[in-house]
Amino acid sequence: MASMIGSKVERKEDKKFLTGKGRYTADINLHNQLHAVFIRSPHARAKIKGIDTSKAKKAAGVVDVLTGKDMQDDKIGGLIAGWKIVSKDGTDMKCPAHPPLATDSVNYVGDHIALVVAETLQEAKDAADLVKVDYKVLKAVASTAEAMNSDVIHEGIEKNLCFDWELGDKAKTDEAFSSAEKVVEMDILNNRLVPNAMEPRASIGDYNSSSEELTLYTTSQNPHLSRLVMSAFNAVHPEHKFRVIAPDVGGGFGSKIYPYSEDVIMAWAAKRLQRPVKWVCERTESFLSDCHGRDHITKCSVALKNDGTVTGLKVDTIANLGGYASLFATVTPTYLYGPLVLGLYNIPTAYCNVKAVYTNTAPVDAYRGAGRPEATYLIERIMDKAAKELGMDRAEFRKKNFIKQFPHQQCLVHNIDSGDYDAHFDKALNLADYSGFEKRKAESAAKGKLRGIGFSTYIEACGIAPSAAVMSLGAGVGLWESAEIRFNPTGNISVFTGTHSHGQSHDTTFAQIVADKLGVPMENIELVHGDTDKGPFGMGTYGSRSLAVGGTAIAKACDKIVEKGKAVAANMLEAKADEIEFKDGEFIVPNTNKKKTIGEIAFACYLPGTYGEIKSPLPEGMEPGLKETAFYDPVNFSFPAGSHICEVEVDPTTGETKVDTYTCVDDFGNLINPMIVEGQIHGGLAQGIGQALYENAYYDETGQLVTASYMDYCMPRADNFPEFRIDYTCTPATSNPLGVKGCGEAGAIASPPAVMNAVVDAIGTEVTMPATAEKVWKALKEKSKSAKKAA
Amino acid sequence: MKQFNFHEAKSVKEAVKAASKNSAFLSGGQTLIPSMKLRLSSFSDVINVKNIKDLQGIKVSGKSVKIGAATKHAEVASSKDVKKAIPALAALAGGIGDMQVRNKGTLGGSIANNDPSACYPSACIALNAVIHTSNRKIDAEKFFKGMFETALKKDELVTAVEFTIPEKSAYIKIPNPASRYALVGVFLAKYKKETICAVTGAQPVVFRSKEIEKALNNNFDPNSLNDLNLKSNEMNADIHASAEYRASLVVTAAQKAVINCK
Repeated sequence: MASMIGSKVERKEDKKFLTGKGRYTADINLHNQLHAVFIRSPHARAKIKGIDTSKAKKAAGVVDVLTGKDMQDDKIGGLIAGWKIVSKDGTDMKCPAHPPLATDSVNYVGDHIALVVAETLQEAKDAADLVKVDYKVLKAVASTAEAMNSDVIHEGIEKNLCFDWELGDKAKTDEAFSSAEKVVEMDILNNRLVPNAMEPRASIGDYNSSSEELTLYTTSQNPHLSRLVMSAFNAVHPEHKFRVIAPDVGGGFGSKIYPYSEDVIMAWAAKRLQRPVKWVCERTESFLSDCHGRDHITKCSVALKNDGTVTGLKVDTIANLGGYASLFATVTPTYLYGPLVLGLYNIPTAYCNVKAVYTNTAPVDAYRGAGRPEATYLIERIMDKAAKELGMDRAEFRKKNFIKQFPHQQCLVHNIDSGDYDAHFDKALNLADYSGFEKRKAESAAKGKLRGIGFSTYIEACGIAPSAAVMSLGAGVGLWESAEIRFNPTGNISVFTGTHSHGQSHDTTFAQIVADKLGVPMENIELVHGDTDKGPFGMGTYGSRSLAVGGTAIAKACDKIVEKGKAVAANMLEAKADEIEFKDGEFIVPNTNKKKTIGEIAFACYLPGTYGEIKSPLPEGMEPGLKETAFYDPVNFSFPAGSHICEVEVDPTTGETKVDTYTCVDDFGNLINPMIVEGQIHGGLAQGIGQALYENAYYDETGQLVTASYMDYCMPRADNFPEFRIDYTCTPATSNPLGVKGCGEAGAIASPPAVMNAVVDAIGTEVTMPATAEKVWKALKEKSKSAKKAA
Repeated sequence: MKQFNFHEAKSVKEAVKAASKNSAFLSGGQTLIPSMKLRLSSFSDVINVKNIKDLQGIKVSGKSVKIGAATKHAEVASSKDVKKAIPALAALAGGIGDMQVRNKGTLGGSIANNDPSACYPSACIALNAVIHTSNRKIDAEKFFKGMFETALKKDELVTAVEFTIPEKSAYIKIPNPASRYALVGVFLAKYKKETICAVTGAQPVVFRSKEIEKALNNNFDPNSLNDLNLKSNEMNADIHASAEYRASLVVTAAQKAVINCK
């Protein structure tokens, strides 16, 4: 049988999605279902003096109007931050109470105030207009930069500071800077993004008063964790009588990792009203209330020798958390960010300080890459600037500082098991025809265009692990993964995973692993995920972890199946278990013609005995059935890396930037399905190029989100991109038996600096993300003004 | 969306009769429907006019192109007659919104809405259009009054637009990257006696740039606009473009239009 691993197998999912047969939460309608609409704050910061629901309660079709007071009466708990960060002075991070429905104050536009529940959506909307909220509007804190010098948003949280965290050896780094031959400094702005999953969030609560079971259908990347949090912290319902189902989910990018207020509220409302309650987010609500991403302001500097050796790095970041601390908000700008600021360079010492602040904006949490794009952006921008100031070729300067030996213990946290950075960088330089750049630049100039080339190299830490290590750093959960392989008596297989696919193609990729491991055809393998009542507890999908951690759990469960199969086969073939070989779905006694297929073994496991022609006795004392579970906790992170090269053309008359060519060579370790990997790269690049040139979540000084629709928030379109040139190198990961590293976030991590370095190279002056046409036009104008002045 | 009465008008007369203070004519619905769905607007009556026969079709005579109000952007864009008579008009229609918008949205709906960043108003001005309505003819110059404001009465329906065929013309749109509406759109029409430069997107309502016209009437060459600095104080300013940037884009778009004029 040909190996499935490494093959461009067509996606099992495509048929249903391409023919409109996906079944998303919004597609589900339950008998006797009610519809819910939220009353949200129109103000960024206000005290709630009163909520008058009396008129709305009397409106046609309205069943109830629920407020935070009702939740308090039912003792429903608030939302939590799941990763404890300790400040450099030894104090714990400071997180405000975060009730699902606000009781006293609102802290961002879109904050939840009340829920109108009616027989129809129309009636709920009509009645929502009748709810009167009496606000005392307060001055909003909308600026990341000014947050620490502004009014205190949450009582007792001075300077709006959640934590002041540090990483690295400050004294040693200061010493590197004082003895440096050259120091290059840079201000970096990492713009705020709205995740914009194609499917907006949705939630349906359904309570069975007979069995006392509560079911929540929701758009989650992580149904098991959602249930755990809602049971343990929100006290919505005990875990064993609570089922969370995340059916088809249309994209998450991190924004659907954790339960939101709306999930807690739908579950609670269904129980309270004893009827199913459905809420479907509208796009504007999504802009306002999905957790946003990025939003960092950073000062950084590198210490250098004149020969181009980097001797130290300092990073000082203010990270915006928004109005409250969301579930993974505190780890994103700390442990997912700080250790990665070194890039893939051999930097002997570094110091990173992060101050996380509250503002009156939507909460900020993990978004594709989570911390790693912010880290990569700063190191790759300052490496570019440093090369230029040293007068060195930017490619040569990078290569000079690459880590060359593996494993490599970085000066901050990570021990990188494998890699070959020169290999992917050289391959990318070739593929991008770096040596022909000057010629292309001249051709662009002849057309009146400015051409620039930008490099970006990155390292990513995926498959956060091992659990013991991450828990010692403050994680409230372990980050292992589970799998269960369930052979059915007729020989086909149900594979249960604790990860969740919402665009990642797990149905196909994971089936490829099982097909290879057990020698069973793809069509006989079905992946089951997204339902807490099916399969063991798992940790969901994010951080490019599913394959490295979840895929390995599946492989390990397959190994256990083979192990049991060998014992059964040995008994049936009258051989010893350790003699039996398993290959391509067959258990063989070597050097004989004696063999049993894995299907026959499965059948035997379910019919253990002799019945007419069936002769399938199990070894004495062996349990019948063929079902194995594995939990896998990796020994280390995995470290994908790569080199991206972007060429842009800028029209100086309009300032418009066109991405002309984009080249990437990535090292993801072993690839299971190269076609799916390529799709992941495309998606990541679209988001990263979007961040660099188009996307920006912009709050004005009153805390209003100005870019709250697609009329103003610029999503990139297909015509904004060239054909991507994609290639790979491979150094297998040593931290998992599949040798895989993860690929989901790479594009979004690597591309913003590649694009921005190219833009800055083209126009010869600095510009911040997103490099919109007007910003570039203005930068060029300023540059020519100051050139004239100088002349 | 709030509830309303729906009328399917079979004739212009029927449509006008059904109109009231609190009604809306529905043509392609590309602005009306979303604004109703978002509850930004609501009406007691919605009168569908897009199936009225008299509002359909494209007629080209020696001097003009007359297009029925319910003609879809896609039809204008693909019309051989329009492409031959005024290629810039077909190109303009082909650049509105996306394919779905062009297959729904109509000429009459676009100009009656008079969005400050819509494309069609610039063509109406530059091509000396006459707007035919249910009870009169209005010169384009007098039709577009202000932001989302036209000379139309509440019960008056646009029936057709008659464009004068120029010697040559061009439309250059510099799109808002988010919405892809015109950040600035310049329609340039060269007639025997004069060149008209109509600008959309840059001010609250479409306007003629007399400065550009003057320069091009002197010398129809992109370089004649090289040193032109338009005043920015009347330009729109928003998060996508400052007034100063828009003023510069108008000149840049006009230069590109001169080059593309055919």
